[in-house]
Amino acid sequence: MNQKYLIPLTAVFLLFLIAYTGVEGAGLQWFFGIVFPYVAIIAFLAGFVYKVLGWASSAVPFRIPTTCGQQKSLPWIKQNTIDNPNTSTGVFVRMILEIFLFRSLFRNTKAAFNRNVSNRLSYSWEIFLWLGALAFHYAFLVTLLRHFRFFTSPVPSCIKFLEYIDGIVQLGLPGIMLSGVVLLAATLFLLARRIFDAKVTYISQAADYFPLFLIIGIAATGLAMRYFTKVDIIGIKTLAMGLATFSPTIPEGVGGLFYGHLFLVSILFAYFPASKLMHMGGIFLSPTRNMANNTRAKRHINPWNYDVETHTYAQYEDHFREKMVEAGLPVDKPLDKKE
Amino acid sequence: MSDEIKPDELLDKIDYGPRSESGSKSEPASWMDTSVQIRPGMYCYAAKAESVETLSLPNARPWNPLEDDWKLPDNWQEILHQGIKDRLEKFRTFKVFMDICVRCGACADKCHFFLGTGDPKNMPVLRAELLRSVYRNDFTTAGKILQKIPGGQKLNGARPLTLDVLKEWWYYLFQCTECRRCSVFCPYGIDTAEITIMGRELLNLIGLNIDWIATPVSNCFQTGNHLGIQPHAFKDMIDFFVEDIEEVTGVNVEPQMNIKGADILFITPSGDVFADPGTYTCEGYMILFKYLKDKYDLNVTWSTYASEGGNFGFFTSHETMKRLNAKMFAEAKRLGVKWILGGECGHMWRVINQYMDTMNGPADFLEEPVNPITGTKFENSKSTKMVHITEFTADLIKHGKLELDKSRNSNRIMTFHDSCNPARGMGLLDEPRYIIENCCDHFYEMPPNTIRELTFCCGSGAGLNAGENIELRMAGGLPRANAVKYVHEKFGVNTLGTICAIDRAALPTLCEYWVPEVEVYGIHELVGNALILPGEKKRTEDLRFEPLPGVEEEEDE
Repeated sequence: MNQKYLIPLTAVFLLFLIAYTGVEGAGLQWFFGIVFPYVAIIAFLAGFVYKVLGWASSAVPFRIPTTCGQQKSLPWIKQNTIDNPNTSTGVFVRMILEIFLFRSLFRNTKAAFNRNVSNRLSYSWEIFLWLGALAFHYAFLVTLLRHFRFFTSPVPSCIKFLEYIDGIVQLGLPGIMLSGVVLLAATLFLLARRIFDAKVTYISQAADYFPLFLIIGIAATGLAMRYFTKVDIIGIKTLAMGLATFSPTIPEGVGGLFYGHLFLVSILFAYFPASKLMHMGGIFLSPTRNMANNTRAKRHINPWNYDVETHTYAQYEDHFREKMVEAGLPVDKPLDKKE
Repeated sequence: MSDEIKPDELLDKIDYGPRSESGSKSEPASWMDTSVQIRPGMYCYAAKAESVETLSLPNARPWNPLEDDWKLPDNWQEILHQGIKDRLEKFRTFKVFMDICVRCGACADKCHFFLGTGDPKNMPVLRAELLRSVYRNDFTTAGKILQKIPGGQKLNGARPLTLDVLKEWWYYLFQCTECRRCSVFCPYGIDTAEITIMGRELLNLIGLNIDWIATPVSNCFQTGNHLGIQPHAFKDMIDFFVEDIEEVTGVNVEPQMNIKGADILFITPSGDVFADPGTYTCEGYMILFKYLKDKYDLNVTWSTYASEGGNFGFFTSHETMKRLNAKMFAEAKRLGVKWILGGECGHMWRVINQYMDTMNGPADFLEEPVNPITGTKFENSKSTKMVHITEFTADLIKHGKLELDKSRNSNRIMTFHDSCNPARGMGLLDEPRYIIENCCDHFYEMPPNTIRELTFCCGSGAGLNAGENIELRMAGGLPRANAVKYVHEKFGVNTLGTICAIDRAALPTLCEYWVPEVEVYGIHELVGNALILPGEKKRTEDLRFEPLPGVEEEEDE
């Protein structure tokens, strides 16, 4: 079991070291600062599009939403229009809630079996996975958006506003950005869950630990640069602006720690389309959530529907005619007199 | 039945911590290295060759899951590989669900089979991973690259499709009842039912069905229903109910069969005609139709050709489902009815609600369903033109069109089991409850985490209601039975209402095992007892020939 997380952990360390020593020792700033980030972004975009188009090219033969509430039925029965939508508006609301609030995960329960006392199975609300997941995703999003200050000049006011909100809790200098701290804490929680919850350990693959370690590595190097070691912000902004304007340059005085951070981010981007992280795109295409439960009211077309061989009534009657007549059941063709 | 596992022994086995096959909890081996052990009591017998032949499905031959040699075609790996490839293109669900699971574990303890057995491979995520591990190996770029590196496969959670893996698929895909409970909790809506459906479809490509599915399918194809009841026998059975009902009510409720030009074609699972307590539900339908005929001149016909509401083809392959389902529209067209009314059944309604119109429609030869008695338009079924009987009856009751004597059911202290498919593949939740409340005095809900869209399966759905897998069924039904037991102890519930024929077959056994004091009723049995037929005699017995509440005391006085 151990190698499932030891290998990814080692891999992330090695990746960081490669970039660090590559820059500090071999002077490969051009590779880790320019070539690989471009390669990673191209891989991300191309891979993402390829994957989504691949899903989209598969047919949706049946309209099979998972219904999680009362259907539209008789006029006096109250429909649950969100969890069992029959219109695209309802589906839209359902999808918004899924994508932005993880509504299904919010339902999560924990089962317990109380042997020998009551022999009762009980289910309690389990909110921590939802909380951890939500904290992680939003912290990641905010952190990502904040980084646009490096790629834009002048920095758009929305990014500044986001920074202002993110930094609203002020404890000492430099000002704490909540998102970065929450990101690290939430990923550590998700990791702890994988390691200490026996059921989750059992189902986990190396592919579950790798992105976690990668993001922990990214968050840790990022926090280290912001709060513990002084990095050359002006230099980094020059590099980022160079990348964004397709006129890349390598500034002087930016150290290995930054390149390590950038390399891990690049790896994350490049790895994204080939991994489970594609749930980001997949959630939009999940037929059990993004379809209306109205197949009885509005016919759904299966693009590959084909004719099948059936056992027709005529065949059936031919087989049973005598017995049917005897039992007084009506038949389409009268019984042959000779028989 | 004497060598059957005792309830206490079964409870002793439950442990939600992962464990190795030997039972020791220290450092369980990876699930990929734990090969399957097919254990009696947990699996269903193999499909009989002749049943597979009826529909000309592949690789019909006698075989035994316990033997090493499953008599597979030589190129079975190739067949499955091609089968997966085809399905990835034909079903977006399959492709997306193979790619996006993050193994968060939210589904893990939502499956009744996991809760009842503690077998980690019954966690929905792992059931799907059984297929995904092969998908990752054979169908992803990363998998193709990593399998060339030593240890790469393992790192990728991938493995080749070996005979061991195939046997594991078979064992665990027939330990899933396609109930969709896990799908409610999945943040991406990954539906294990869909995975199981694909998996079983693949297994059928090389002749690996179970007999409890294959033989009903074969029967249904040829004789019109799963149980293979021939037309004259079907009529005999109905006639027998007519006699019983006459004894109870004094009214002859003789139904119409195969009648052209009737208003409505009625189709229900053949289980309702065949075995108690479904038969009492069937009598309930017959009483209702007689009432509607006498009071409102509504003509409902039954059919012996389309005498099966259920569809075990659904548990075989999409194609088989379509072949069996075709009879409903074909018969409605032949008989020239206005629309179709469907009886109480679970998976039947998943098929009708989410598949039928797409597969075998458009039903342009039928009319948009209107209740001729109340004038209600059934807007939600205006294309498929098939209405659920609880929608129909609830509408009649709401408009005051049925005379009901609730007191005849006053000894029934009810709870209601939502069947998986009407709950999570349709959302038929309040209609049956409305009928219960109008036919019974006492109704108590089971705990909120076990009803409506969170309902627990009976443990015997999707073709698993056989005799030989009784341990699996009793374990899988435990979460349901446990909730029934709770309301039995708390409120004195003695009756479990349901709208599914498989439930009516499976739940009595389950209740006998876990909560012996609770009886299982179909909702229309309650209607049949409560409905006052024109010209009926004073009833003293219910449809089960048990004295009506209050009757014994009166006689004593």
